[in-house]
Amino acid sequence: MESGWLLPDVNEPTAAEFWAGTARGELLVQACGRCGQWRMPPRPMCPYCQSVDVRWDRTSGRGRIWSFIVPHPPLLPAFAAVAPYNSIVVELDEAPTIRYPGNLVTSADGEINEIDPATIEIGQPVHAVFARVDDVFLPRWVRA
Amino acid sequence: MAEVIKDKTAVVGIGQTAFGKGLPDTELSLACQAIALALDDAGIAPSEVDGLASYTMEQNREVDVARSVGLGDITFFTQVGFGGGAGCGVVGQAAMAVATGQCEVAVAWRARKRAAAASRPWAQARARIADNWQWSRPFGIIRPVDEIAMLTRRYMYEFGATRDHLANVALAFRKHANMNPAATMGHREMTRDDYMDARWISEPLCLFDNCLETDGALAVVVTSAARAADTPHPPAWIHAFAQGLPAQHQTMTNYFTDDPLRGPAWTAAQRLWANADVGPDGVDVAQLYDAFSPLIPLSLEGYGFCARGDGGPFTDAGAIEGPDGRLPVNTSGGGMSEAYVHGFNLILEAVRQVRGTSTCQVPDVDVSLVTSGEGVPTSALIFTKDRP
Repeated sequence: MESGWLLPDVNEPTAAEFWAGTARGELLVQACGRCGQWRMPPRPMCPYCQSVDVRWDRTSGRGRIWSFIVPHPPLLPAFAAVAPYNSIVVELDEAPTIRYPGNLVTSADGEINEIDPATIEIGQPVHAVFARVDDVFLPRWVRA
Repeated sequence: MAEVIKDKTAVVGIGQTAFGKGLPDTELSLACQAIALALDDAGIAPSEVDGLASYTMEQNREVDVARSVGLGDITFFTQVGFGGGAGCGVVGQAAMAVATGQCEVAVAWRARKRAAAASRPWAQARARIADNWQWSRPFGIIRPVDEIAMLTRRYMYEFGATRDHLANVALAFRKHANMNPAATMGHREMTRDDYMDARWISEPLCLFDNCLETDGALAVVVTSAARAADTPHPPAWIHAFAQGLPAQHQTMTNYFTDDPLRGPAWTAAQRLWANADVGPDGVDVAQLYDAFSPLIPLSLEGYGFCARGDGGPFTDAGAIEGPDGRLPVNTSGGGMSEAYVHGFNLILEAVRQVRGTSTCQVPDVDVSLVTSGEGVPTSALIFTKDRP
């Protein structure tokens, strides 16, 4: 029984390694195999040196809330069931222009609506956890 | 190269259907009606049309439109991508085609029924996501309003914009709609309390920060200076045109660049003002794309009407209200209060301001700006009343 959640195609070649990483509990970032520059979201060519060689680096998994929203209905049924919930964008501590959309939770198994939105602030430190939804592991974030 | 198109073409005809929800006519019928009305307004026979331009999201194919309306042999046709960012690009590319001799009479149009399945891609999404949306939708950032709300929260944090500034936008456009009998919200007034009490859609954005959902169609006729000399209405001269797709930009979910709040408006503005004889100070009236209220302060900044971060305070004290504000914006009510047809209604209002026929007519308009979607690869046009 699938959840009705919107999920990535984890076999799409450009980002498959990222999703393999989340399944292992690792927050990866795509890096150029030649010049080493990080890029997010993943793409087939390095925009800095035009190499198609790719490497996947493990990040600290630590960052700060860059922005957040609180969606309310009308929404797709699986999301309406937990609305209002939070969605956040996190900037990585070691590379602030590397940003990951996610959700703020209290634990990997937590719901995305369990935190009072009034307590969420831009700049709050967070670290990544990995929540299983159907057969995919999504990065989510808990306060550090 | 701007001299090749500058002041060489004009919009000489405009046409629009009624706006509403659940209109009985098909999208194809609406498109044909708007085009026929625009040609009639221009005094040009359908058989003279030899150029077509619309959006990649337009569901009506050129062949079906052309053989329904009875257009002539078409020698130029094109489409522009990225939804609401396309509108001015559609008209601008038609103008380029006329100016470079690829056609003589071009029609640009947009027809849309919001109830149509293809019109709301986010609501159709069910399969596993293999493209850029896999970095937002699995995290509940699903609808366009969610995508822009994320940028809005950051904008408010970095520059101090407030909900009162966003209310200024919503209230100004509603005031303009209340003067416009064709506007969907023509008879519905709005107070600041109405705005502040409205339900949330995606915090920090409420119901009245969103555009309408509208069925309808609009079209314009673009032709050469020679052909424009023989048309019944004053031509709206196409003085300058630009598109904008910034380096590293990601459409809608532009969260990944060094400076995500420096959006496509900035890129289009560089080319637009470089190609124009006027700058922001010379603009008499502006139609700024308003799928969501925060796009107005972002566009005011991007197109250089104020300094970076001052777009919120710019809207204070009636500055964007017509007909007498410092810079009247969206004088027909815009996407938020007239109709949301991917911004094409803004283009017709920009033409009406040059003709002197707006229901919120700004006095002595010489220069009329219109922009397309901010937050997506975009475009902009400057119409002028007089040709140098």
